Amino acid sequence: MTQIIEGRTKVAPAKPAPEALKDDSMLKQKTMMAQHYDRLTSATQNNEKVCATFVPGNLNELIMCFDMVNNLPEVNAIQNGLRKKSGGFVMEAERLGHSEDVCTYVKSDIGMIAKGNIAPNGKPFPDPDLLLLSYTGCFTFMKWFELLREQYKCETIMLHTPYEGDGKITQNMREYMVKQFKEEVIPKLEKVSGVKFDIDRLREYLKASAKAEDDLVYVLQSAKNKPSPIDAYFGGIYYIGPIFGAFRGTQDAIDYYKALREEVEARVKAGQGPVTPEGNMGKEKYRLVVEGPPNYTSFREFWKMFYDEGAVVVASSYTKVGGVYDFGFRHDPDNPIESLADYCLGVYTNRNLPQRVDMLENYINEYQADGLLVNSIKSCNSFSAGQLLIMREVEKRTGKPAAFIESDLVDPRYFSAANIKNRLESYFQMVDQKRGPSGVAA
Amino acid sequence: MKNFIGIDLGSTTTKAVLMDENQEVLGRGITNSRSNYETAARVAKLEAVIDTRLTLCRRNLRQEAPEIGGQLDDLITRLELGFRLEQFLEQLDDLEQTCMSQIEGERFAGKEKAVTEALQSVFNDLRTEAPPMFAPGAERKSDFFRDIAGSRYLTIAEEKALEAGLAFNLLLNVYDKSIIEVENRPPSEDMSGKFLKTLTHVVKEAEKLGVDKTSVEKAVKQALDVELEETYLVGTGYGRVTLPFSKEHIRSEILCHGLGAHMMYPSTRTVLDIGGQDTKGIQVDAQGIVENFQMNDRCAAGCGRYLGYIADEMNMGLHELGPLAMKSTRSVRINSTCTVFAGAELRDRLSLGEKREDILAGLHRAIILRAMSIISRSGGIKDQFTFTGGVAKNEAAVRELRKLVKENYGEVTINIDPDSIYTGALGAASFAHTAVAGNA
Repeated sequence: MTQIIEGRTKVAPAKPAPEALKDDSMLKQKTMMAQHYDRLTSATQNNEKVCATFVPGNLNELIMCFDMVNNLPEVNAIQNGLRKKSGGFVMEAERLGHSEDVCTYVKSDIGMIAKGNIAPNGKPFPDPDLLLLSYTGCFTFMKWFELLREQYKCETIMLHTPYEGDGKITQNMREYMVKQFKEEVIPKLEKVSGVKFDIDRLREYLKASAKAEDDLVYVLQSAKNKPSPIDAYFGGIYYIGPIFGAFRGTQDAIDYYKALREEVEARVKAGQGPVTPEGNMGKEKYRLVVEGPPNYTSFREFWKMFYDEGAVVVASSYTKVGGVYDFGFRHDPDNPIESLADYCLGVYTNRNLPQRVDMLENYINEYQADGLLVNSIKSCNSFSAGQLLIMREVEKRTGKPAAFIESDLVDPRYFSAANIKNRLESYFQMVDQKRGPSGVAA
Repeated sequence: MKNFIGIDLGSTTTKAVLMDENQEVLGRGITNSRSNYETAARVAKLEAVIDTRLTLCRRNLRQEAPEIGGQLDDLITRLELGFRLEQFLEQLDDLEQTCMSQIEGERFAGKEKAVTEALQSVFNDLRTEAPPMFAPGAERKSDFFRDIAGSRYLTIAEEKALEAGLAFNLLLNVYDKSIIEVENRPPSEDMSGKFLKTLTHVVKEAEKLGVDKTSVEKAVKQALDVELEETYLVGTGYGRVTLPFSKEHIRSEILCHGLGAHMMYPSTRTVLDIGGQDTKGIQVDAQGIVENFQMNDRCAAGCGRYLGYIADEMNMGLHELGPLAMKSTRSVRINSTCTVFAGAELRDRLSLGEKREDILAGLHRAIILRAMSIISRSGGIKDQFTFTGGVAKNEAAVRELRKLVKENYGEVTINIDPDSIYTGALGAASFAHTAVAGNA
């Protein structure tokens, strides 16, 4: 749309996308995030130490014991993806010499640092005082922090989480981790922060964590209802925000999950489906289980492809990367260090392929889903390796149709809307066809 | 008569299939997609209706004039060619009028008369040339108006421009401005008129065979009078979303291809479709229901367009690539199926002294290797295996496919239907049928 003003062509601004509808819990989360970023960007002036760490194996309660502020580079990359800034950052990182196939979270982070390291609130991030690498199944995490260590020349802790290669946590693994906590992690945290470790303080935080975790599990499992009151993938990403990020163990998290639970309870009671950015979703036609992370650069467009067709995600593996709580694990104040070890060992990224298959199969059955959809991420080998095998095995075990789509985390160049839509529509119609004339899910 | 239509709006061509209540295919139609799906859909549908009339004529003649016997095919061909000629002449008239209306403005100043006369002369020649092109046994490089009229127009116009002392550009300019307009104008729907015009010639041919004139006329006229009721239409293919079809009238091309292949070969379990811009590997069950699929994403390397690009680079016709590649005695290894890199790869190999046919054989192998990777991700090849899409017409591609299937999956029945280009439209027509039957 153009208009002529004094002989010059002026391009009228594009119509802004309508503001997404938000319920109270979402508004609360927004405030929490804003406060967190303000605390983070004021850390230097407030004499607070900053600890950078990752979502899978995030040790927020422990970090809080040392009065440090948690900064999560993955979450920053996601924020930049959602805010359409990651594309430029990724290209900046490529200009600095990082190849096309490198994890785009890493490139978004490196590019952001190169471009002034500005937080979503418009203020610069402080340099971290500590890099806490709780290595959980993703090899790239290690390389990522190697780059950051080079950049910041700060203290680095490498907490090695043994991979669940045999599909179980052994006592030996647990002890190995506890030893690292006691001999490596805690002493270094004490050294950097100047705060003495107090195990009772940790117990209190873990108690708070468990409380919030109970409510989160209620929310995630509410999707067993028909219709599901939540979307456990697109909506789920908001629901896991506080607990996977900088809030696990806080009163804020308890309050957030309590409010969220009440909202979801009300929706179940009213027989309502999920809330989408455009309001209540229409009739639930397809119930899906999704494996793999979402695309963040076209997040709303991606979600719309689902809710426009009446497709709701009833369970997803991605919402378990920062902790698997729905099979019973809770942070345990009575065994604090062991519980942190179990938490790190059990996150989704640290689980082997058969465990992932079992989990997805369980979701399809327990949540009465129509099938499995895999979103394969171009730059995430950690997730993608073996995904096709997982898909086939789940298909074989459940007899439900599966489909495979491809996109990327925060690189907008790898989101081909027409292609993805085409595949999704084919998949939905495939589910219809499988149901046969009655139209009832098999 | 109730009929059910499926339209497959591909990136290169648009196809239509018309079937009756018993799911018997009565007619097929194809046209170039011309970046205008609405017109393409109308034209393809009209073509399918024309083909349906011919099928009905054939049925009636068999019944009304059994004495025609073995000459039936010949008579039907004459009827169709006569119709095509009328149709061509009608579009030629349209093109002439449109070209004439372009003769205006500065560049034609003072030359209007000369250009008009040159054009008239060009079109007179085109009209004179037309009947032999549509004579039985004559070969045409294409069935699309743009291709037939276009290539001849350019040749004749160049001669005429020279004779009249005009710049060829002037005649080229009016043509360029007109062809898209003419091509996008919906064709005249007066089908019966064109059939009846040609009927007189057909009747004469029939009389030569000792067939009664009235029975032939009756059979054809009855076929033209059958009311074709468009009961339900289903659209599929890339252009489907641009059409004013409601959601119930749209099906994914993956499902349509799966079902279409099943209808052609009911024992099909794996389908490979290589179209203009995508390659699909589809697994279907015994009912033709899709169980799994994979297709190229983010990148259309190794699709039909790749061959089109190679043909352009080599200054050859698309249909000439396969036969040349078949002459190869050793295949050159080509790794990239990236369409953009294809030109560079080709020139590089030529500069190394490789033979054109050997390079082409390598390119065909590269395409099929990529398709094999897509099929294997969809679950591999199960017996029977059906290959569809424009590339299935390319003998060199088929040769490589047969080799690779045998190497990787052993003895598998490979089905390739000469009408495989209609697979998606056939599936869509069947969806249209089931939609009404209440089974969709």
